[in-house]
Amino acid sequence: MEGNFFTTKFNSILGWARKFSLFHYPYVTACCGMEYMSAACAHFDIDRFGAGWTRFSPRQSDMLLVVGTITQKLAPVLRTVYEQMTEPKWVVAFGTCAVSGGIYNNYAVVQGIDEIIPVDIYVPGCPPRPETVLDALVKLQEKIQKQEQEWRWKRRK
Amino acid sequence: MGPSHPAMHGTIRIMLELDGERILNSEVEVGYLHRGFEKTCEHRTYFNLLPYTDRMNYVSPLINNLGYVMTLEKMLNIEVPEKAQYIRVIMSELSRISDHLTCLAAMAMECGAFTVFLYKMKAREFIWDVIEQTTGARMTTSYIRIGGVRADLHPDYEDVLKKAIGETKKVLKDVHGLLDKNKIFLNRTRNIAVVPPEMAINYGWTGPCLRSTGVYYDVRKAHPYLVYDQLDWEVPLGDRGDNYDRYMVRMKEMEQSMRIVEQAMQKIIKTLRPSPTMAKWLEPAEAIRISRIQKTDKKIRLSPNLEGSEKDAYPDILAKDRRYIVPPKEDTYTSIEGIINHFKFFMKEHGIRPPKGDVYFSVEGGNGELGFYIISDGTDRPYRLHVRAPCFHVVAALEEMIKGHYVADVIPTFGSMNMIGGELDR
Amino acid sequence: MEEKKVKILEELKKTFPDKIKEASAPFGDETIVIDRDFLVILVDFLRKKPHSYTMLLDLTCIDYMDRKPRFEIVFHLFSLSNNHRLRLKVPLPDEDPWIDSLTFIWKNANWLEREVFDMFGVEFRGHPDLRRIFMYDGFIGYPLRKDYPLRKRQPRIRLRK
Repeated sequence: MEGNFFTTKFNSILGWARKFSLFHYPYVTACCGMEYMSAACAHFDIDRFGAGWTRFSPRQSDMLLVVGTITQKLAPVLRTVYEQMTEPKWVVAFGTCAVSGGIYNNYAVVQGIDEIIPVDIYVPGCPPRPETVLDALVKLQEKIQKQEQEWRWKRRK
Repeated sequence: MGPSHPAMHGTIRIMLELDGERILNSEVEVGYLHRGFEKTCEHRTYFNLLPYTDRMNYVSPLINNLGYVMTLEKMLNIEVPEKAQYIRVIMSELSRISDHLTCLAAMAMECGAFTVFLYKMKAREFIWDVIEQTTGARMTTSYIRIGGVRADLHPDYEDVLKKAIGETKKVLKDVHGLLDKNKIFLNRTRNIAVVPPEMAINYGWTGPCLRSTGVYYDVRKAHPYLVYDQLDWEVPLGDRGDNYDRYMVRMKEMEQSMRIVEQAMQKIIKTLRPSPTMAKWLEPAEAIRISRIQKTDKKIRLSPNLEGSEKDAYPDILAKDRRYIVPPKEDTYTSIEGIINHFKFFMKEHGIRPPKGDVYFSVEGGNGELGFYIISDGTDRPYRLHVRAPCFHVVAALEEMIKGHYVADVIPTFGSMNMIGGELDR
Repeated sequence: MEEKKVKILEELKKTFPDKIKEASAPFGDETIVIDRDFLVILVDFLRKKPHSYTMLLDLTCIDYMDRKPRFEIVFHLFSLSNNHRLRLKVPLPDEDPWIDSLTFIWKNANWLEREVFDMFGVEFRGHPDLRRIFMYDGFIGYPLRKDYPLRKRQPRIRLRK
């Protein structure tokens, strides 16, 4: 039963459904928030990719968009929010400060959120242009399409 | 109300003690965006820390740049050419408009008016188009440099600027129609969080929040800098100091800012000489090749954007003093004096070295008096740099302002204060 | 404006001849250096008419590593009616850095003093609630002092790498 026509077809349909209905939770802290607002509004729309509706609760969303600098004081909160999200979940590190600490290399800033949570897509830029954000969203959608559903009977073996 | 909350202002934590829906006591916890700006500045040269100043009040980044640069110019006693002053005025007023647009958009969105948010973001995109055309970046630009500005205005800036102003006026008219007499908005903002002028002064408020209580203090009128005293504009005041007044003062300030921008644009067109255009000039590689044999005075054609016609535009946009400005690229690559100048500017231990002492200078930021206090010990790095953040003092009053109100009143109050995390926590 | 500038420094020198240690105007900003015991008296005097310095613009601290006294607290006062700024400097020794709190006069001094305490470790006597404002509980040390290294991190949760 493993890897036959039905499971691959099912995977692709599931991938298609998931990638076009992403509910994102914007964890906005700093300057990149302005570019996130631009990307979400009329000129560069992320609604046309299906990721329009911002869910204001981590329990109802499947994409965590970490926007802006994460400081050491804020790190436990980010970890809590990530753990509150239900599977399947994806994390996008938006902006150089989230990717690697950015221009701040000092006592107060976490050097990249992959020190705290696992990340799927890294979007560089300070702040990234909205076109970069849309490109990253398309790449994430391709990744979701290729992801295989973890079947329970597979794991038991 | 935790650090990550849907009100898109910044990370702040408000702990409330409630009795039903009324707030008895509250405690505001800040510092979730403390990025160590002041400590970082002690390890960077004066020129290197321009990008850090952009990211403090990130909705009006050019004004932070301006404040820092003008403090240094006060210390070094540099005189800025007139066209550069007008360009600085235009850029900082555009930043102020985008600051007020963002603040009111977020405040309206949290009260439920999502349309207002989308309209204002649309207007902000047009303004950012103007800024991008001249400076090259939408937000964090590092455009205003010591001695002037980085590059001259783009040759087609007039059309884009007129379009941006036209769109913003349309949007403001729409928003006035949507929100001014709207019963729901009035109920949520009128007579909520009223601040009397004595309390505002005691808390050290400045800017639109102070002007909404009726106190007439604007740094641009009290200690005029750049060319503000030569332009004709007014300072709007409120009367009661509640949320609605803060909203109205910001809306009127945007109209005054547009007035300033139009006057400055007219002044540049009429009195100052236009930007030079490139004709049949030398290609850069050829110029370098010729300069190895003999000194050349011919004009060099550089790429037609920021670095276009550098040397020609320099008298307009940058001061004459060679110690404090980056030399034009024509000089750097074709003459030995230019390359020595470049070297001495950028190397460690050389560069800008102000005299020993301390200086304080303030400009009118989007939130109030943005002051920079620089202490120099004669080397190329500041010994201590302190920023007087205007929204620090405004947020300090939040605990007292929301006492006795409902939980739902916290949102428009907090929104009208325009707290920017980068400025609050530095 | 020129007469007003010279007036305030001279007037203070006349009224308190032995308490003002230094009075100068570098780059056009009037500055006065005083002792910490004299602070509250001077501030009270300046707040009343005709000087009426009613607004506390800023309160910060400087750490001079190579001179004694090590710390120096700097106040920027502003008078709305006279449109004039004044800078007050109070040097503090390294062994017992304490100074009187001004929270009973200006309410924004509350948060400003908490910030100086957080960053430098200066104690403000009479402050109702002196605790850290920017850094988190459990942070050891005072970041803006010159002997705190720039990159010394104290992570709050266990990091993955």
